Amino acid sequence: MAACEPTRTYLRCVSANRPLLSFVSVIRSDFANARPNTDLMTHNIDVSLINCIIFRGEPSAVIPRIAGPSFMTGKTLMHTQPAHTEVEPRCSAEALAEREQAFQAKIDADIKIEPKDWMPQAYRQSLVRQISQHAHSEIVGMLPEGNWLTRAPSLRRKLILLAKVQDEAGHGLYLYSAAETLGASREALIEALHAGQAKYSSIFNYPTLTWADVGAIGWLVDGAALINQIPLCRCSYGPYARAMRRICKEESFHQRQGYEIMLTLCRGTAAQKRMAQDALNRWWWPSLMMFGPPDAESSHTQQSMRWKIKRHTNDALRQKFIDQSVSQADYLGLTPPDPELKWNEQTGHYDFGTIDWSEFWRVLKGEGPCNRERIEARRRAYDEGRWVREAALVFGAKQTRRAPGTD
Amino acid sequence: MKDWPLWEVFIRSRHGLAHKHVGSLHASDAALALANARDVYTRRGEGVSIWVVRSTDIIASAPGDKAILFDPSEDKVYRHPTFYEVPDEIDNL
Repeated sequence: MAACEPTRTYLRCVSANRPLLSFVSVIRSDFANARPNTDLMTHNIDVSLINCIIFRGEPSAVIPRIAGPSFMTGKTLMHTQPAHTEVEPRCSAEALAEREQAFQAKIDADIKIEPKDWMPQAYRQSLVRQISQHAHSEIVGMLPEGNWLTRAPSLRRKLILLAKVQDEAGHGLYLYSAAETLGASREALIEALHAGQAKYSSIFNYPTLTWADVGAIGWLVDGAALINQIPLCRCSYGPYARAMRRICKEESFHQRQGYEIMLTLCRGTAAQKRMAQDALNRWWWPSLMMFGPPDAESSHTQQSMRWKIKRHTNDALRQKFIDQSVSQADYLGLTPPDPELKWNEQTGHYDFGTIDWSEFWRVLKGEGPCNRERIEARRRAYDEGRWVREAALVFGAKQTRRAPGTD
Repeated sequence: MKDWPLWEVFIRSRHGLAHKHVGSLHASDAALALANARDVYTRRGEGVSIWVVRSTDIIASAPGDKAILFDPSEDKVYRHPTFYEVPDEIDNL
């Protein structure tokens, strides 16, 4: 192996503001066309901090100032750096287009985007929207199940349900943290939810009327969530992908405990089996809606797929869910409430009836059975806990003041 | 109201590995950060030791410096033992 390729050009950058941090760097690029500006930018080097560039051992021509991300910013956050939002306005349209191309090339090469990397504003916004919606769903999702914590039929079921609800809280927290790496503040995200500006999964606007609903939620709702979430483990944004990997590992327990509840009911008395069928009847269609509107009406799908925030279309995931759930229902001896559900030899998938999308849009707009109750419960918990948060903050500050060796 | 300060959480898994960054959380003080980290990040025996560090206390390299920091090490193949030719007759080298 040769130590260096013949096309490689040496470029020495010396930082102006920080004489101690002078680097001798090798930039692998073809300087035959002499475009140091572009090359510096692709390497994210801020020329405003460079006072000397030695190109093949010779001082180079004057380099016009271009905007670029900071060189060495000193104290920066590891996980939550709100990125270089200030850079973009100074960028020329041409430079911006070039950056976006480089960004897309990174995504196409399956290189993960990390919090402090440059990213298009729309990518950032799209992620904040999706991750915070996802976080809100986990948090609001605790409410329908919390309804049964005190009434679970046995101590075993109660312990399991408690652990599951605690997991949902954890999932919400992983996701809020991931959203915060994009520069969003936790408080602002939560306030958007409480003000009705941020969405969460519509499925949690349906009530849990019987114990079988807890089973159906685990089996169908968590099952659908898993199908949605597994591809997100490979999402282009690093912190989101890592959070999703943790979540998926834990979510599989949720689905299984739900199916076990259904199985126990279906092997029980006739009344218990009726209860299970009734729960399936009520949760089946809303579960199918969890994958979002049909591809033709989905406003974000195409761009999200180009950015690898999303890996499959809504309709493809929905079909996968139906295909796997039918045989699971069969085993329980239950029938999904869709007379048109039929195996199609040719496509190798189940055909299914028309989804009532007017219901989906109605619930999304706030007219579902529990929309108001859910947001009210969240607001109440947040407001009534305010004094605790404030007191803890004051206590924390006092601890820091008193600690020896600090000032 | 202001958010509680942000903390980064590092966990040592039971296999004697180094502490590894697992995520972050908000807490009003160090004790609460540790307690929250236990609840949020170790519900399934993920670790035997937790570190929490205020996010503002971490100094990180900027992604833009990647080339400047790490490229110089890429063409120094002589730093790897495989760079050197050893005669077949020589053992224990």
